[in-house]
Parts: sequence; C-alpha cells; structure tokens
Amino acid sequence: MTSPTDHVTDHPAGVRPAGEDLVGDDTTGTPPVTLGEPTSPARGPGRLLRILAPLVGLAVLAYLPYVAVELPGVLPDRVNGPGSLQLLATCLVVGGIALSYDVLFGRTGLLSFGHALFVAAGSYLLTVSLSTWALPLPVAVLAALGLSTLLALVVGAVALRVGGIAFAMVTLAFAQAASIIVMRNPGGVTGGEEGRPLDRDAVPDLLVGVANAPYRYWLALALVVVTWVAVAVLVRSRAGHAMAAVRENEQRAAVLGFGTYRVKLLALVAGSFLGALGGVVHALVLGGSNPHLTTSEFTLSLLVMVVLGGAGSRWGALLGGVLYTYADARLVEVSNAAFLQGLPDVVRQVLSQPLFILGAFFVAVVYFAPSSTSRRRA
Amino acid sequence: MSDLVLLIVTGLGLGALYFIAASGLSLIYGLMGVLNFAHGAFITAGAYAAWLTMGALPAGWPVVLRLLVGVLVAVCVGAVVGRVVEVVLIRPLYRHHIQQVLVTVGLSLAGVAAAQGIWGSDPRAVESPAWIGGTTDMLGARLPDDRFVYVLVAGVLFVGLLALLHLTRLGLVIRAGVENRTMVEALGIDVHRTFTVVFALGGAAAALAGALYSQYAGAVSPAQGGSLLIYAFIVVVIGGMGSLTGTAVAAVAVGLVQQLANYYAATGVGDLSVVLLLALVLLLRPTSLKGATA
Repeated sequence: MTSPTDHVTDHPAGVRPAGEDLVGDDTTGTPPVTLGEPTSPARGPGRLLRILAPLVGLAVLAYLPYVAVELPGVLPDRVNGPGSLQLLATCLVVGGIALSYDVLFGRTGLLSFGHALFVAAGSYLLTVSLSTWALPLPVAVLAALGLSTLLALVVGAVALRVGGIAFAMVTLAFAQAASIIVMRNPGGVTGGEEGRPLDRDAVPDLLVGVANAPYRYWLALALVVVTWVAVAVLVRSRAGHAMAAVRENEQRAAVLGFGTYRVKLLALVAGSFLGALGGVVHALVLGGSNPHLTTSEFTLSLLVMVVLGGAGSRWGALLGGVLYTYADARLVEVSNAAFLQGLPDVVRQVLSQPLFILGAFFVAVVYFAPSSTSRRRA
Repeated sequence: MSDLVLLIVTGLGLGALYFIAASGLSLIYGLMGVLNFAHGAFITAGAYAAWLTMGALPAGWPVVLRLLVGVLVAVCVGAVVGRVVEVVLIRPLYRHHIQQVLVTVGLSLAGVAAAQGIWGSDPRAVESPAWIGGTTDMLGARLPDDRFVYVLVAGVLFVGLLALLHLTRLGLVIRAGVENRTMVEALGIDVHRTFTVVFALGGAAAALAGALYSQYAGAVSPAQGGSLLIYAFIVVVIGGMGSLTGTAVAAVAVGLVQQLANYYAATGVGDLSVVLLLALVLLLRPTSLKGATA
C-alpha cells in the first residue's frame, strides 16, 4: 500500500476525502476558503433590487389565482383554473424540495442519493398518522416532521462514516430499503403500489376538492417561502459558513478546526427536515402519498433539477425544480407536435418520454459545461 | 434439511447474478473512481439485446441455441455500449469525478425512458429452454436448474477475470492502476486505454447479467436493470470497492442472507437485512471502504 511514490499523489494512498471531487484541481494559489453567500459589494439601489425583486415575484405568484387569462399551449386551462393551479402547485412543491436538496449537494458538497427517503418519510408519516393513527392535523404534521428528522439523524450518523462516492452508495441503499418497505405494504399501512390517499375528513375543507385548488396553490407557495427563508438564514449562519468550508475543501476545514462530521450531519439533518416539510406539503397538495416519492429515480431527478438550475444557488435550485416538473408534465405534448409527425415511429416513441428528453438534456449540460455543475467561487 | 439446501442453492444463484452485475462495477470503480449509474442501463441493454435476438432468430432453432446466440449478442452489445460511453462521455470529463457520476445518472434516466418509449413499460415474456425451468433432485431437495447455470457462469467469469488480472500484462496494469494510478502514469503507461478496456469489460459483464436476469425473472422490463443495480452497489460497497474477491464473497453473502431471511423471517425482511448488513459493515469496518487493494 505505502510506496515511496505516495508523495506523487495529492493525498495519502487509500484516503479519499469527500470534498476532493468538488474542489478538483484546486491549487494552492487560490484563496483558501470562500465562506457563505456571494459577498456582493452592491449597496444602495442594487441591494434594494435584490430584496425587492423576490417580493414582487412573490406578489405576482400570490395573485395568480385571480388571473383568468387563457395561455394556450403553456397551461392546460385558464391560469386560475383548477388544472393549471394544481400543476403550478406541484411545480412549486417540487421546487421547494429541490431547494432542500441543495442544502446537501450545493451547499455542503454531499452527494446524497437518499434524499427521497426523507421526503417520502414526511409524506407517508403524515398520511399514515392522519388515517391509521387518527391524529389531528397539527399533531400529525409535528409527528411527521419529528420522526423524519430523527430518521435523518440515525441514517446520517451511519452514512457519514464514509465520504464521497461511498456516502452516495450508502444513502442510496438506505433509500432503497425504505422503498422496499413501502412497496411491500407491511400491515396495509403504506398501501403498496397504490400509495396512501389523504384522509379527507382529517384535513380542513379548504385543502380538499377541485374548487379549493387556489388554497393548495398558496400552501405550496408558502412552502417555497419558508424553505427559501430557512435556507437563507442557514447559509448566513456560522453553521452555513462551516458547510461552505467543508464543500470547498474538507481536509482544510478539518485542519482549521471545524468538526467536519458534525457540520455534515447538521447539513444532512437540516436538509432532510426541509425535505420532510416538502413531503408533508406534497401529500397535502397532491392528496396522498405516492410510492414514486420513495424511489431512487426521484432522488436522481432532484439531483438533475439542482444541477440544471445551478448548484449552490437558491434561485437555481428552485427554478430547476419548478421547470423540471413543468417540463415533465408538459413535454408529453411534444410527441404530438406536428413537426414530429414525419419522423420514424421509433424516434417519436423515444421522444414521447419526457424523462428521455430531460436525461439527454442533463447529459448535454454536464458534458458541455462541467464546471457549471459544481459551484466554484474562488 | 431439504429446505435449507434449497435456500442455499437459490441464494447462491442469486449471489451469482449479483456478482456478474457487480464485477464490472467494482473494476470500474477501483480503477477509475467512477460510480457508474449507467450500469443499470447496460444491464437493461443486455436483457433487451438477448430478447430481441431470440425473437429475430428462426423459430425452428432449438431454444437453447437461440438463447446462447442471444447471450453472445448481448455480451457484444454490452461491450460496445460500454466502450462508446467511456470514449464519448466519460473520457472528456476525466478529473471531474462528480460530473462523471452525473453523466451516468443522466444516461441511466434517458436509457430507461428510451426503452420504455420503444418497448413499453410492461414486462415482455422471455422464452426459456424447457430444462431451465425444471428441477434436479439432490440431497432430498428439488433444486431449480437455472441456479446451477448462474453459479457456473459466475464461477467461470470470476476465474476468467482473476486470470486476466493476474496472468496478463493488461491485468498487471489494471491492478497497478487500482493501487496507484499516478505512479502507473509516471512509468509511461497509457492508463486511459486501459480505462476503455475496463469499461467495455464492465459493459459486457453487465449485459451478461441482464440476459441471465431476464431468464431468472422470466421477462424483460425497462426497470429491471435499476433494481439489479441497487444490489450490485451494495455488494460492491460491502466487498470493499475495487476488490474482485471481496465482491465475490459479498455477493454470495448478500444472496444467502436475502434468501434465508426472506424464508425464515418474512418476505421483504431479506431485502432489508441486506441493507442492515451494509450498515453493520460500515459501522464495524468503515476503513475497508475508503480504498481498494485489488
């Protein structure tokens, strides 16, 4: 194992620090660690714009249920029609969940393939505690969040014993185990492939029924706002700075005296808590828990969203999540488009799969702009 | 007693499939540090290649012959796909490990979606030779014949790969590369060419696993590769990434644990106990996962 040539490599043989991949060819010439948020020097008008723009956007989004305009080809019906609002609400919820995944991947550099586990835990624990355990809604939400966070603590404590690619594999295995449990439907609790519907009597009438789509839309919007603010507070805190240090160079952060294990565990638990919150809202907005939430495919699509939008940026993760969900729902129409009719059947069949288009697009983005997928701000 | 014999043989058969799928993954990881999510797509490609070939050959031929040709075609397709993926997508991203993983993730999503678009998401039945569904009486148990085939193929693959690693110059370069890639490069050996070979080898093994797994499941479906891949990942982690012997031992252990727990506890417990086994290995020997010694 040890050979006289070990000094040739950057690290002692056999030791592969988790942060290595993200910093890649980081040389000693660059400033050691960039902490926290982009320190924009903008003061005065620029700063005002940075605060005002999201607020205006939020106001516009909140007003959408009063807009009765048809947007043919863009949305299924009127903007404030139930179909459109449900689609927009789903996009926002997934955007919020993508935002929570970015705490792990973009902020701390943890390549977790198990985020679906915590989102699904939030979703299933809510539906199960409402119907099987007959808890009132506030208690059920608290139970779902509390148990999911506990699960994140246990899984994180085990999985973080390894770093880098091994961590990715271990989280994947845990998520897969959960997926198996949900599919096996132990005691009829999870509903197997059918999923578990939301107990309509246990939630307020405002969240049930086609006519109340605006309220579910506003709930989804609220989730995005809460997650957004939580992530903003987190990355500006001391812990957030430590997370950034771990992402940029874990060994260096350890040498500087950060307890990197604890920092990573904190990031995982915080991200999972927000993910579970997203799962809870997901269940409320979509009226139940779907086993698709537990699959590794869901985590992979979260990864795709965050990378496409721009890892380590709140706007990026949110927009990535929203646009991905929108594309996934609307790309089916592409296969019916007139300009495709002349193509051979096989090509049309392949193009009719939104995931094929998104997957191929993702490969192209990573391939042609590899540095865009990991944030380098040196 | 006969139950136990049956479970051990079926567990070994399952472990053999895991080993075939995991061997390429382990080599690729050990040498190149690439966690290849596209391996699931390779497995699916192999399964469909074998299925399509069997359908295209004249129906008058005996099923065994068609199956053999199908498996051969699958292995070739897997090798070509692996080679193309390495040359076109992985090589330009050399030194970007995370990006390599991301590319294979995108590839796995797109591959499954493409198969779904062309052949539909429903499982399609696969023809099997009559004797493969039959049983052999041994030690008082009726043992399914197909498991012996899997164990035999996995054994041949294991010995073949070991021979390749230890008796040929290529194997020497691979083993040296796993241990210290920088040093091998410094000695003036083109490791990149070896990467392509290892990827083609991994693709071929994955396709072989896919073709055999479709016999095991009796059908081909787009999601098959992904489900086998998860266990292959677990096997690779438990076996110590990059070590072929470790992978073989882990594959057998995982297969046996899964079968025994599924029978003696309850259905589904076996799948979970595999994950518990993984957690246990991580807690007790976390260092075994960090590096690899081939």
